Amino acid sequence: MTDPVAITLTHCAKTWPDGSRALQPIDLHVQGGETLALLGPSGCGKTTLLRLICGLEQADAGASIRFGDDEVTALPPEARGVGVVFQSYALFPNMSVVQNVAYGLRVRDIGATERERRARELLALVQLDGFADRRVDQLSGGQRQRVALARALAIEPRVLLLDEPLTALDAKLREHLRVELAQMLRQLRITTVIVTHDQDEAMMLGDRIAVMSAGHLEQVGTAETLYREPASDFVAEFLGTLCRVRAGLQSGMLVAGADSLAFRPHEARLEPARAGALPARVLARFFLGGSVRYEIGLDDGQRFPVVAPAHSGHAAGDTVSVMVAPGAAARENRA
Amino acid sequence: MNASKTDTRLGLAITLAVAAFLIGPVVLSVLAGLTKNYFVGLSSGLTLRWIEQVWSLYADTIWRSFAVALLTLAICTVVGVPAAWVLTLYRGRLARALEELLTLPVAVPGLASALALIVSWGTVRGLRGSIWFIVIGHVLFTLPFMVRAARASMHGADLATLDEAAATLGASRTQRFLQIVVPNAASGIVTGALTVLTLSIGEFNLTWLLHTPLTTTLTVGLADSYASMRLEIASAYTLVFLLMLVPLLVGLQWLAARGDRPSRIAPTRTSSP
Repeated sequence: MTDPVAITLTHCAKTWPDGSRALQPIDLHVQGGETLALLGPSGCGKTTLLRLICGLEQADAGASIRFGDDEVTALPPEARGVGVVFQSYALFPNMSVVQNVAYGLRVRDIGATERERRARELLALVQLDGFADRRVDQLSGGQRQRVALARALAIEPRVLLLDEPLTALDAKLREHLRVELAQMLRQLRITTVIVTHDQDEAMMLGDRIAVMSAGHLEQVGTAETLYREPASDFVAEFLGTLCRVRAGLQSGMLVAGADSLAFRPHEARLEPARAGALPARVLARFFLGGSVRYEIGLDDGQRFPVVAPAHSGHAAGDTVSVMVAPGAAARENRA
Repeated sequence: MNASKTDTRLGLAITLAVAAFLIGPVVLSVLAGLTKNYFVGLSSGLTLRWIEQVWSLYADTIWRSFAVALLTLAICTVVGVPAAWVLTLYRGRLARALEELLTLPVAVPGLASALALIVSWGTVRGLRGSIWFIVIGHVLFTLPFMVRAARASMHGADLATLDEAAATLGASRTQRFLQIVVPNAASGIVTGALTVLTLSIGEFNLTWLLHTPLTTTLTVGLADSYASMRLEIASAYTLVFLLMLVPLLVGLQWLAARGDRPSRIAPTRTSSP
């Protein structure tokens, strides 16, 4: 495959004909060969952004989309050289599996023998060698997803775009295919943008993650950066759970006070009640196999979860004091 | 359980009664076309003479009806299928208004449409006396049925997404239409085509006003034979008409039943990789 190209979006906004704004002006750079995950709740504009990149929607005037040095802003999707995997996979029911994969080559006037050979190569890549002559409706959901991927890759796209590629599958299979897809994307080294609302998916598949909300980018960075140094409460809460407590913190211990504290459930620790500590009560204990999750209540009615190792043995009704790891305490003054 | 059995029997009885009520006259008419003398009754014996007479008198109207129907179908397909696709892709106010406008000729009485056609096109030399004049009327009347049927299957198969997928793979608009849209909307298009054929062959109101003595069609000939021939010939004509129309109707039903089945490409959740 050729050298991966970067995607550069400059001032990309999208306004619908009825005047509502789907995307605020966005600047985004995806490095060549990188996988960027667009993460956000439904309706945040991530799919719209993906459709701008592949040309299925036109950005508002003033936007620029470049693949490497190529300005593609005005090009229709058929001229952009993008491989797209749709959420519904959009396989053509009037064609067999191999014909689906070869379709992009067929419209490029590549001879029947050559395109069949290349389509079969790609089917081998996605481990569907034996399925070439099946009809699309004879495939399982996971197989369809892989056919869609093979079809998108067959045209040797400059850019690969995946729209919620695993959402249509059930949980077990999703987990399995997530690992497979992550390995394949690393191996292909093709510039990829993947849209997802699932934080685990974004963290596993994306070299970097762009968190979106309400039509704008909240933060772009590696999963670790986003998790450890979220730029906003939205990012902190979207990547994992955030406990927000109004209390004081004294040498790592929750005490009476009115500071705004924010920490992750596993950054807190429960200890037997101590003098001076803010009294906290275990409202419920859930054993989750690898860990224990407590629901903690304070006297003033505040509640938050705490996750502890599996051997942690506080019982519902116990009065405890809450310790917060020093690193997490640094977040206390953040807005 | 007994109640439901009674219900079933009652339902069956009513259905049979209604069917007999509807089919009875047709059967009598067919028999009339095959009896030597209908006023004497079946005892006068059966004969194919009347059918032969119908053929010698009206064969040209039958062929003409087929020609009109096929021309109507050709135009409806070439115009209607792309129109259905455009209406599927663009769901704006204009598209909806267009679709309403398209259905207007179905609601307006055929005689009124025909009169409008005569007023607007009747003076065009050569058109008034040719079968094309009838074809125009039939297209006006049948086009909405083609558009509706094609659009329903385009919508049901989520062809808009398939079209987008094909576009990202590099297919041009024409390639997408011919290679993705038409094959995947085939069931709707075929249903529409059979509807157009059936309606065109059976159309009387429009045709009666639009025809000239040289462009008589099957239904107009049928009316003529009822008015001026002996009853047996008119009945035999009905029989010929039925022989042509019934296979079409059966085909239509069969295709419609096939189209009703749940889409084969609906995304399914499954647990095997």
